[in-house]
Amino acid sequence: MFSGYSCRYFGYLVSKKKYIVSIDDDCVPAKDPKGVLVDAVSQHVTNLENPATPLFFNTLYDPYCEGADFVRGYPFSLRSGVPCAASCGLWLNLADLDAPTQALKTEQRNTSYVDAVMTVPLKAMLPISGINIAFNRELVGPALVPALRIAGEGKVRWETLEDVWCGMCLKHISDHLGYGVKTGLPYVWRNERGDAVESLRKKWEGMKLMEKSVPFFEALKLPESAVSVEDCVVELAKAVKEQLGSDDPAFTQAADAMVKWVQLWNSVNSSG
Amino acid sequence: MVEPANTVGIPLNHAALLKDELDIVIPTIRNLDFLDMWRPFLQPYHLIIVQDGDPSKTIAVPEGFDYELYNRNDINRILGPKASCISFKDSACRCFGYMVSKKKYIFTIDDDCFVSFPQFSKSALRLCLKDCVVSMRDLVTVSVAKDPSGKAVNALEQHIKNLLCPSSPFFFNTLYDPYREGADFVRGYPFSLREGVSTAVSHGLWLNIPDYDAPTQLVKPKERNTRYVDAVMTIPKGTLFPMCGMNLAFDRDLIGPAMYFGLMGDGQPIGRYDDMWAGWCVKVICDHLGLGVKTGLPYIYHSKASNPFVNLKKEYKGIFWQEDIIPFFQSAKLSKEAVTVQQCYLELSKLVKEKLSPIDPYFDKLADAMVTWIEAWDELNPATKA
Repeated sequence: MFSGYSCRYFGYLVSKKKYIVSIDDDCVPAKDPKGVLVDAVSQHVTNLENPATPLFFNTLYDPYCEGADFVRGYPFSLRSGVPCAASCGLWLNLADLDAPTQALKTEQRNTSYVDAVMTVPLKAMLPISGINIAFNRELVGPALVPALRIAGEGKVRWETLEDVWCGMCLKHISDHLGYGVKTGLPYVWRNERGDAVESLRKKWEGMKLMEKSVPFFEALKLPESAVSVEDCVVELAKAVKEQLGSDDPAFTQAADAMVKWVQLWNSVNSSG
Repeated sequence: MVEPANTVGIPLNHAALLKDELDIVIPTIRNLDFLDMWRPFLQPYHLIIVQDGDPSKTIAVPEGFDYELYNRNDINRILGPKASCISFKDSACRCFGYMVSKKKYIFTIDDDCFVSFPQFSKSALRLCLKDCVVSMRDLVTVSVAKDPSGKAVNALEQHIKNLLCPSSPFFFNTLYDPYREGADFVRGYPFSLREGVSTAVSHGLWLNIPDYDAPTQLVKPKERNTRYVDAVMTIPKGTLFPMCGMNLAFDRDLIGPAMYFGLMGDGQPIGRYDDMWAGWCVKVICDHLGLGVKTGLPYIYHSKASNPFVNLKKEYKGIFWQEDIIPFFQSAKLSKEAVTVQQCYLELSKLVKEKLSPIDPYFDKLADAMVTWIEAWDELNPATKA
């Protein structure tokens, strides 16, 4: 459960703090367009401490930041927002592209600094990258599940999907419980690691698994009775096993891991 | 602070792209002197001028523009009794221009948008002027914005790019527009969804005076939007948004009949919700038909704020009503049988009558006007199959 990139989940498990920030070890602080070093931790905390707005899209993005607000036509009853469960940051230089894309575009670097934080709308699915992420551990800790391991999972990001699966679960559970997930700032500067073409040589199961996951999550409805994060993870695991288990053993393993993870979480954190 | 451009001496772009496929719709109530300022950008294109207010007033159009002008008498003559669906004394009347146009694309900008080119090289300008699809209203206080490098933003060109590129409403791409130079789909983005869908609407933004409602304007009269967010993104399926008509482009063939700006202005209990109403209808229909709606770039520079007290009087009912309108649109379901925009729109009008009329008789009238609009659209556009 805790090998490879997933070793960080052990850290999530034993932490006693409210917020977690997790950044891959091939990333360093980025500079903003003014040349100022970006304090990614500070930005993540700001994102987590301010409400999210998943129920209606604000065209000026984050309404709570300095110099911005809700635009005309935004319902007033939705302006207090909901608690923010996770903050997904981005990457300059080497963006989090998959192996086929990076292999095709070997010279491509992300130089576009998009100066915005926004809430990913309710029911919208997204690929959450574990490279630069923060979350409210008290709110949704157990929902970050170290579950999906693809066959032949490797030591470079292109050969894993654990964070993307974790993110799909996290988003679905957040939607169900009325929390928000933000994306955008902060940026980190990601460096060269691995060879995309090399990774391509290995048969990448990730593509297949994603194709199956999307309709599953789209149609999934967690029961009303699932009111805690742990309940949600358990229900999600059940649904994964029932509906995806026969498609690929990776899903069955993921479902089992999710259940085990919740048990582990509860026993380690039983004192609160 | 950006200042209006001096466009004297800027050469006309005789190779303006899409000039036979785009119409510029301009609602106006004042005069069209501003067109002189926009000449380098707009003269290659055909203009549809919708004259609001007193039809006996003559609106002088500067020389050299190819245009058709409709005043209230023309609207009444062309639509007969159906003219009742076109608002009077409100910028919502602009949608008449959409209806009479015969082109594929329409672009609309509000009447407080200028062209502004500070520190601007002529060659950069020529590059910017290549594509123009614009519908502007008066154009007296909306300017061309500057990007962070100081270069003037060719809003028209960006809108065209947005409309010609696919949208990705079924899965959110964290690097925003995946089709843009330098970007792509991120790891984990399903390959089966990477082709995207057709883009129906391109919703641009505004620097300087933001599009706030009256209460926010009153509380923050000095707030200016100085944040240039360098992104275009698709609004996910199932998500509603407040569509501002100040800087907007759309594919008339794909979604035109849904771009009805409602009953506003003279004799109506509400104003400043024309574009909002159109946006909610459009998004529900786009979601149903599998079309995309983008938001983000381009920016225009909005230099004149409207009077917040006047705005408050126009909007205040809307502020209450939107609390019910939003849940209505969020739960609106169209039938499988509704496969054209017109069919979707008519179903929506029935739902409006059924579910929103209890709030206020205005919605009953609006639902009827929505039907009239479609009848008028089909009459003026008989071959159109959305």
